[in-house]
Amino acid sequence: MLAQNRKVLLYARNIDHVNEINQRRTHLGYAIHEHVEAVNDFAELAHECEVIFPMVPSQHFRAMMKQLAPHLHPYHMLIHGTKGFDIALPKGETIETAKKLDRSVVKVMSEVIREESVVVKIGCLAGPNLSRELALRQPAASVVASHFNEVIQTGKKLLKSDRFQVYENSDIVGVEIAGVLKNVIAIASGALSGLGFGDNAKGLLISRGAVEMVYLGRALGGDTKSFLGVAGIGDLVTTCNSPMSRNFTVGYRLAKGEKLEQIIADMREVAEGINTVRIAKKCADHYKVRALITDRLYKVLFEGLTVEEALEFLMRYPLNMDIDFI
Amino acid sequence: MEILEEKKNKNRKYKPILDRIPDWPVYQLSKNRKEFIAEVTQKSAERIRELRPSYKQLIDDLQATAYREQNRIKRNRWRVDPKDDSSFWSKVKNDLVDLSSKDLDEVRPKVDELLERIVHRYASEISGNFKPTSYRFAREAIKFWFSRLLNGARVKKFGAFFRNQYTLRDKIHIVGKVKMIRKLARQGTVVMVPTHFSNLDSILIGWVIHAMGLPAFIYGAGLNLFNIKIMAYFMNSLGAYKVDRRKKNLPYLETLKMYSNLAIQKGAHSLFFPGGTRSRSGMIEKQLKLGLLSTAIEAQRSLYNSEGEQKKIFVVPVTLNYHFVLEAPELIEEYLHVKGQDRYFPENDKYGSFQLVRFLIKFFSNRSNISVSIGPGLDVMGNYVDEEGNSLDSHGRIINTKDYFISSGQLTVDRQREDEYTRMLSQRIVTEYHKINRVFSSHLVSFIAFTMWQKKYHQLDLFNLLRLPEEDLEIDYQEFKTVFKKVRKQIYLLKEQNKINIASHLKGKSDIVINRGVENVGVFHLNRPLLKNKKGNIITKDLSLLYYYHNRLVGYDLEQFI
Repeated sequence: MLAQNRKVLLYARNIDHVNEINQRRTHLGYAIHEHVEAVNDFAELAHECEVIFPMVPSQHFRAMMKQLAPHLHPYHMLIHGTKGFDIALPKGETIETAKKLDRSVVKVMSEVIREESVVVKIGCLAGPNLSRELALRQPAASVVASHFNEVIQTGKKLLKSDRFQVYENSDIVGVEIAGVLKNVIAIASGALSGLGFGDNAKGLLISRGAVEMVYLGRALGGDTKSFLGVAGIGDLVTTCNSPMSRNFTVGYRLAKGEKLEQIIADMREVAEGINTVRIAKKCADHYKVRALITDRLYKVLFEGLTVEEALEFLMRYPLNMDIDFI
Repeated sequence: MEILEEKKNKNRKYKPILDRIPDWPVYQLSKNRKEFIAEVTQKSAERIRELRPSYKQLIDDLQATAYREQNRIKRNRWRVDPKDDSSFWSKVKNDLVDLSSKDLDEVRPKVDELLERIVHRYASEISGNFKPTSYRFAREAIKFWFSRLLNGARVKKFGAFFRNQYTLRDKIHIVGKVKMIRKLARQGTVVMVPTHFSNLDSILIGWVIHAMGLPAFIYGAGLNLFNIKIMAYFMNSLGAYKVDRRKKNLPYLETLKMYSNLAIQKGAHSLFFPGGTRSRSGMIEKQLKLGLLSTAIEAQRSLYNSEGEQKKIFVVPVTLNYHFVLEAPELIEEYLHVKGQDRYFPENDKYGSFQLVRFLIKFFSNRSNISVSIGPGLDVMGNYVDEEGNSLDSHGRIINTKDYFISSGQLTVDRQREDEYTRMLSQRIVTEYHKINRVFSSHLVSFIAFTMWQKKYHQLDLFNLLRLPEEDLEIDYQEFKTVFKKVRKQIYLLKEQNKINIASHLKGKSDIVINRGVENVGVFHLNRPLLKNKKGNIITKDLSLLYYYHNRLVGYDLEQFI
């Protein structure tokens, strides 16, 4: 999409991938646009480009930033599309052993960028963007969120097309958190499908899931409104309906009775949602937020609860207020 | 009373970095006062027109301004207000009324003239009047009288009044990055941003600047201070410009910002209290006023954009630490009054010249010292700078500050971006305040005592807690001491992590430190916030005041250890 009107440099760690892209113009079977050139050197990338879109899984994001940071200057703009949390725990501690998880250790990617580099013009890209559909030029939209109008306008200019709408949001943390938390609900959605349930169940899950995202998101520093927009509800509905997504698959196979270890072993990349459940649960405990779905899902993933039991618990829970956050 | 000395004071005398007053930027500024005011007027008017592109909007704003000014004259007059205030504004109002019957082409030049007239008046009102002779006199007078007071009170011998055994430097401890600020002031323009607890701050900081050997700073002082005649004299001579917080209209605010902006651009070291007014609650400011702060960023960008020398601007946070704040009872009362109902509260000062002098005598005869912590230099983006003035990132790599204003290879003016930068800078300053804040024994004992009572009556909200009869409040000394040790240990830990600073008198045997704290906290108030009773237990005579002094240590998450 970026390559429609301009030259794009694509960084790849693996030099073979760089050569493959530059010589055969394909990568993992996908055709690569003629305007795209692959590079293997952060210095070159930072020197040539003023706007950079980091799209790296959250567990590698900080490491990537550490490598890139020495080449960055305050005039650079970074608009990321990573949907996960970064956690910085003292050595030897894990999410489970840590006494508590709060926002001093749980960071969104924009904060990682700030901590690791001098870049301040930071943006985030989030929304229902399944690459397969984008490639077919089906209509879609995204949110560019940033504190800086300049970043939003640049992001818009670079991405907007007649098939791709771009919305603006100044609550970058809210948009980032929405993108992260929806992965939790996506796993739950997969689980419902795995149990063979239909659209009523899904409607129930998505609406209650959205409420849970708002609660937890607000505790973590997001604004309610962001969770109701393209990056919140928009992305949530898409991910919950997309059997191809990794998070959905995890839930689906869990419901079919597989163990988490088996599922992870089969997957090429870790589904962000699994880690997110661990973090979100611990955060919910710390901030005393009621997050029933996350909590049950945690028990299913790590404490041997079955999906049926979790569902039964949720259906019996005596909580009847529909919406109480607006 | 036991002598509560700090560790041997290492404060030494610093040589002035610029010997001759005529070399000082502030002197240059006041010498060319007329031209400067003209420049401020012209540029502010330009800015206002940029903000209000249509004449209709501009007229609306001028009308609102005139209306509010007349209202102010009716409701809230101060002694410093100019005599022709009323006639000036009624003329403006009449002129505006005349305009309404005319058509647009005729109106335009009239509106421009009106705007200019208003802005010029504001610029002249704001402008300081630094005079070398009165600066020297004020400086010497402060030094002379303060040391008389000090020696008279401290050295208990006949004729002590005229001894010079103690000087202000024994009373006021300057700690922190003094060398750095001196170096930075030679290379660029320093913008000092102190915390604000007491009206005394303004004079105190004036002395501190002089004691560090720096040329006089210009500073934004609340106009209310000029109501007190002695203060007004000192403030004027120390290079103050006037900030009138009653005026919230657009032309005034823009003129004020432009004044500060241009002065900084001209290299005048500046000082303002970014908290706006004195901290009502006694807490270290968490929310800073962004208006004046933004001028530092704007000035820096303008300097980068200019042809001439691209001087750098350095922001230096400073905290003032007292055992005792004269106005504490009124401040906390106000704070409690407005808490929860965010309404405007007029500044009313009960202190005239007499009260001020009385306070100074009390203050200097007391053993309790003041400490001023000078923070590290920051660039306008809040990055630390080294002694050569280079901005550094968290890994010690040098950053070019100009790059923050660059877009697509060009230096650009983007107000929204700069608003955001201002917000970021203010957060950095607040963090820095917390780091350089020096914990006094009195802060710590207040914090502990109040929190212990708060935890004991956890079912009460703040207001109900404050209403408890004082007789019900007593803490067993041993219990208090145990908690004290625990919390002090946490503070040591925080200090190791570079998150707070401590006064040297905080170390040592807990009994002594606790006594010191209890004896010093709010020592001159009618009702002492903390006392020991006959059994040696901790009691209070004024819980609200204790709350005020306790607030100084809020924000470090220390409550969990009590």
